[in-house]
Amino acid sequence: MTAGDAFRDPGRVKDLAATIAGTVAPEATYRLMEFCGGHTHAIARHGLDALLPPQVRLIHGPGCPVCVLPVSRLAGALHIADQPGTILATYGDMIRVPGPEGRSLMRAKADGADVRIVYSPLDALTLARDNPDRTVVFFAIGFETTTPPTAVAVQQAAAEGLANFRVFCNHVMTPPAMRGILDDTTAPPLDGIIGPGHVSTIIGTEPYREFAEGHGVPVAVTGFEPLDLLHAVYLLVKRVNAGEAGVDNAYGRALDADGNPQARRVIDAVFIPRESFAWRGLGHLPHSALALRDTCAAFDAERTFSLPDTPEPEPRGCACPGVIRGRVAPEACRLFGTECTPENPVGACMVSSEGACAARWRRRGAGRKSAAEGAA
Amino acid sequence: MTDSALDLENGRVELGHGGGGRAMARLVDELFRAHLDNPFLAEGNDFGAFDVPGGRMVMSTDGHVIQPLFFPGGDIGSLAVHGTINDVSMAGARPLYLALGLVLEEGLPLRDLAAVVESVGRAARAAGVPVVTGDTKVVERGKADGLYITTTGVGLVPPGVEVGGANARPGDAVVLSGPIGEHGVAVLSRREGLGFESDVVSDSAPLHGLVSRMVEAVPELRCLRDPTRGGVAAALNEIAQQSGVGMLLRESAIPVRAPVRGACELLGLDPLHVANEGRLVAVCPPGRVDALLATMQTHPLGRDAVRIGEMVHDDHGFVELETAYGGRHLVDWLSGEALPRIC
Repeated sequence: MTAGDAFRDPGRVKDLAATIAGTVAPEATYRLMEFCGGHTHAIARHGLDALLPPQVRLIHGPGCPVCVLPVSRLAGALHIADQPGTILATYGDMIRVPGPEGRSLMRAKADGADVRIVYSPLDALTLARDNPDRTVVFFAIGFETTTPPTAVAVQQAAAEGLANFRVFCNHVMTPPAMRGILDDTTAPPLDGIIGPGHVSTIIGTEPYREFAEGHGVPVAVTGFEPLDLLHAVYLLVKRVNAGEAGVDNAYGRALDADGNPQARRVIDAVFIPRESFAWRGLGHLPHSALALRDTCAAFDAERTFSLPDTPEPEPRGCACPGVIRGRVAPEACRLFGTECTPENPVGACMVSSEGACAARWRRRGAGRKSAAEGAA
Repeated sequence: MTDSALDLENGRVELGHGGGGRAMARLVDELFRAHLDNPFLAEGNDFGAFDVPGGRMVMSTDGHVIQPLFFPGGDIGSLAVHGTINDVSMAGARPLYLALGLVLEEGLPLRDLAAVVESVGRAARAAGVPVVTGDTKVVERGKADGLYITTTGVGLVPPGVEVGGANARPGDAVVLSGPIGEHGVAVLSRREGLGFESDVVSDSAPLHGLVSRMVEAVPELRCLRDPTRGGVAAALNEIAQQSGVGMLLRESAIPVRAPVRGACELLGLDPLHVANEGRLVAVCPPGRVDALLATMQTHPLGRDAVRIGEMVHDDHGFVELETAYGGRHLVDWLSGEALPRIC
């Protein structure tokens, strides 16, 4: 048994689920949002929501980088990929997301664009070294966890004088998105937030204090194993019962309150917050995304290519924007499971395994069964 | 020079090797006849002639485009032999003969070609299924990726055996022959650009020996499938869909070795979606599952055989997994192309 297995031990998981069931107030409801797409995926994969008492409702949040990227930014990536002499390096998650008129990067590849799947921005650097006569553009997406490697790649390219390397930066930040969700007074209020473990290893737990103190919503940061997630739920239930809003660290084995200052310094050396960034589902959020600093302009794809900046409409009938806000349940979208499936996705939430729709799709059998049992 | 003896050390495939002239004859003599030697090929015809006994024959064909050509636990040659033997075997049949078609890219080192052909010969001999006819074509550099192999196999179904994907019924037991995901992870570990290393070895193996014991001991066996591309998830969904019956699996019963699990977590893959080349899933009546498992466990390729779940009433043909914690989710087909060119 490895250390990781200990956090999956079925006996302990069931015990903790029973403890939660014994802790919830019978008449209360606990609307808890797991912000992070990694959490959404883990909950679906392990079927954890089925272990919780009916009072606890888990609401999928916007922390899936693929899902929150607006179609217009994907249009930019497609534009870059279509330029002759260009290699677009992307994380595999992005390649099937439908862009304008349903065209994805996979389709662009079939049309002749040179699109390569990479696992890290450093692989994109290797591509740039190996193809000196081509411009290699790394399609950078993701929250604070994936930002430091992109920053390091830019620094490395600068150190090597790698003139054919570019970054198309779409890195976004967690706290502004949380603020966007909590400031939205038209949505049903949340009782607690399960904070993202990996992101917090970079930013620490301090940024969540404003949500606990300002909005009165407790935050429990945690990891991605079943025990981690149930531990966070337990801490949030206790906070709600006590009428307190604080920040708890349920991921002590990986993070401390201060996060990783060195990684933040690297980010800060390369990137600067944009005035505003249009999120899919959340709209324009101020200071919520990063751009390359002027000192790194030579590596900025947005300054190399003249990218279309027209807003692109959402696919017709697609409820992704509402799903991302936690306002619409995936199965309430009229495309869910009919026109939109993992095989033929219409919206981004169905593409990524971290997307709320893909997660719900995996649970559709269980939902049907429990409905049938309820009727019996 | 193509009309001198093959330079297996430093030579490369040239267009002349597929041209039908002396160079091609030399390639056939020095490589194919040398490594695949059998009475059928010795006749020197453009076909393999053989007598067939009465009964039901099955035929299957499979193209192999795997990259890299050589991987831990096998290569494109052994894989092409095992792949088609296994496809024929999944009818409950005894594979008899193979046909081999190669598309070679100009510039392929002859050393690599020789190693692959030798591997085809070794795998076919070990399995007792000869290659009775073949074909080679050469295409210009850049028009193929080294080497593609298509194998076709024929086999004979023993009397009384009725194995097919549509035969599963509610209550039937679902059996898996061993730990999953090893072929896919072994191939990925050698892929350029993935930057991870592991000691995982492909499970590539011919399953006809195991299948022959299974159908002999349990002739009522309903379904057999080798979970290659798309993994166990795809194989089980195919059976559920063809039979119009659901399936409930127990996650804790599905064997995944630690290095495979680790690699899958690193790469964001579900082991149920990762390819196998020496495993099978079987469905049999519930009363026969103990006998089936006992028989499978006497064969080296079925030593770790386990029951992983049951067929259940479900018009949708959903495959569901009960997690170790009692939660449930669907086991869906893999969407897209997470793992291109693994076979």
